[in-house]
Amino acid sequence: MATAAPKPFPARQAITFIAPRGGYFQMDFRELWLYRELLYFLVWRDVKVRYKQTVIGAAWAILQPFLTMVVFTLFFGRLARIPSGGLPYPIFYYSALLPWIYFSTALQTATNTMVDHQNVITKVYFPRLFLPLSAVVSGLVDFCVSFLFLIAMIVYYRIHPGPAVLLLPLFVLLEILTALGAGLWLSGLNALYRDVRYVMPFLIQFWLFASPVAYPSSLVPQRWRWLYGLNPMVGVIEGFRWSLTGHGQAPGKMMLLSAAVVVVILVSGVIYFQKIEGTIADFV
Amino acid sequence: MQRGYLRDAIGNWFHRRAKPQAARNTSREFWALRNVDLEVPHGEVLGVIGRNGAGKTTLLKILSRITRPTSGSAIVRGRIGSLLEVGTGFHPELTGRENTFLSGAILGMGRREIARKFGEIVAFAEIEKFIDMPVKHYSSGMFVRLAFAVAAHLEPDILLVDEVLAVGDIAFQRKCLGKMGDVSRTGRTILFVSHNMGAIGQLCQRCLLLHDGRVTDDGPPSRVIGEYLKACAVGNGSDAKNWDRTGSGRARIVSIEIMDGECQPCSTISMGREMRLRIAGEAEHADLEFSLAVQFVSAAGVPVLYLYDQFRNFRPGTGNRFLIELRIPNLLLMPGLYYLHVWIGRAGMEHYDYVKNAVSFDVIQGDEIPITMPMTQELGLVYRPLEAEQLL
Repeated sequence: MATAAPKPFPARQAITFIAPRGGYFQMDFRELWLYRELLYFLVWRDVKVRYKQTVIGAAWAILQPFLTMVVFTLFFGRLARIPSGGLPYPIFYYSALLPWIYFSTALQTATNTMVDHQNVITKVYFPRLFLPLSAVVSGLVDFCVSFLFLIAMIVYYRIHPGPAVLLLPLFVLLEILTALGAGLWLSGLNALYRDVRYVMPFLIQFWLFASPVAYPSSLVPQRWRWLYGLNPMVGVIEGFRWSLTGHGQAPGKMMLLSAAVVVVILVSGVIYFQKIEGTIADFV
Repeated sequence: MQRGYLRDAIGNWFHRRAKPQAARNTSREFWALRNVDLEVPHGEVLGVIGRNGAGKTTLLKILSRITRPTSGSAIVRGRIGSLLEVGTGFHPELTGRENTFLSGAILGMGRREIARKFGEIVAFAEIEKFIDMPVKHYSSGMFVRLAFAVAAHLEPDILLVDEVLAVGDIAFQRKCLGKMGDVSRTGRTILFVSHNMGAIGQLCQRCLLLHDGRVTDDGPPSRVIGEYLKACAVGNGSDAKNWDRTGSGRARIVSIEIMDGECQPCSTISMGREMRLRIAGEAEHADLEFSLAVQFVSAAGVPVLYLYDQFRNFRPGTGNRFLIELRIPNLLLMPGLYYLHVWIGRAGMEHYDYVKNAVSFDVIQGDEIPITMPMTQELGLVYRPLEAEQLL
């Protein structure tokens, strides 16, 4: 076989060092940056596939919280007469369901992401972090679509959000980080243990009742508030509702507690995920 | 390794707390690779051979960073690309165009790079007309062509190829090999894992023999391949304990032996020589009638030869045991490694025992056939002597 003379060794060439994991935290930010377009493509694919597969497409993003809102308004509002602090029930529920549905969907998608991509994980390398991350990011598209409907409702009910609305992005960020932190933990556990899948519906349901979606957090007795605040979604949902409508509790100590818990979940989630990502291909 | 159950993990955790020492020693250590120390210079084509489970795939998985080593390190200079499996990351709902970008990004290409090569990729795959159609409507041939085109245009500095994992028809396998030849001519480094000794000998400048995770030989392909075939002859893998078998088990195959025309056990047969197979087994009771089928499969997974007679029934002999000898007077398979699948059962009623990859053997080109040039599976999997008469 006629072989051409080998090229001289290229001067500028990426050097990869392959070694066992050392240390607890070794996130390679440079690599994440190099692969940034992959994150874009993963999110783009998720969104594209979702809107291609469902016939009603974008309407689904509004229908799901809307129909849940109708059910909650009828049963928790009209029948159980849960106090909404003078806020019309539809907007009381919709403004809580919006962050909740984003969170529960993102968490479930992120949890399944490693298992769903097992044929990719076992065949090619890329930063595995992008799988749960893309699940959390792509959920934001639905969130934005259903947010438009919330704006319409705010106009309809003649609610005038105060300057507190400027804090809204903060609550959105907090819930993204919560979904990501919990998603990192659960996607790793789900890849290692197959019964995590069966625990998820229960976990989501439990989490829903432990968050002020169907009721205001003022119903929780004062002396249990600290325990209640350990659930980061308490701060997120209560803050979300408060910043848009001015009703409910202004973020205080409970909010700080929630934020601290989010940091713990996220940092431990990243550490755990990095611990298992190197060998995950052998397990899924 | 496999996914476990959380409940077991929690159970084990409590168990371990209770009995700290005992539980920890139960898991036996197993090293897929051990003390592998090698340097591959820029532009070299390195073949890696060895039996199944020798650690070849693990080596590629570590180098491609799919899995991280427990200990040891490697330094890789340049972009790594792999032809482990094509179609990685394809989504059936998306169009060919969308999948090209997605799969390219997963393989490590940037958006601009894919856009630049897009025309070339589509032309290579010959699917211009269908590029905006969801790939779920593609034929399997179109799918593989597009998937391969994306992978082949990655232009890595180092290419990893695992033939064992490469699926697809023979045309696709050949395309893989052809692409490897092209890549090697441009002075890139290739690591090539294969059972196809012909391809290793043809493409590689150097060859590595792995055995139980260790490098047992490293040198010119001709010598290393010879070493490997010698090692194979010692025991040709007919260890019934590790068989991949299915069936009711009312009759079971116990051993399969490959022999030459003189009834000497062997694991290499020269083309054109006689081959005998002795299949021994036992049945539930003496009245259990069964028929027997043997399938020859090439190393690339292509079924080549099928031996069967539906109306030829066997019955167990004394002690409900049986021993059957099959003869192939002149074996005319092309040189290479072949596996045997053996089936016993009642046609259309019951599978008693079906053993896949029960034994393997090598066909080599001896001096029985009237050809001196090297024969390869590229030419065909089965050979027939030319029987011709000149009429004009």
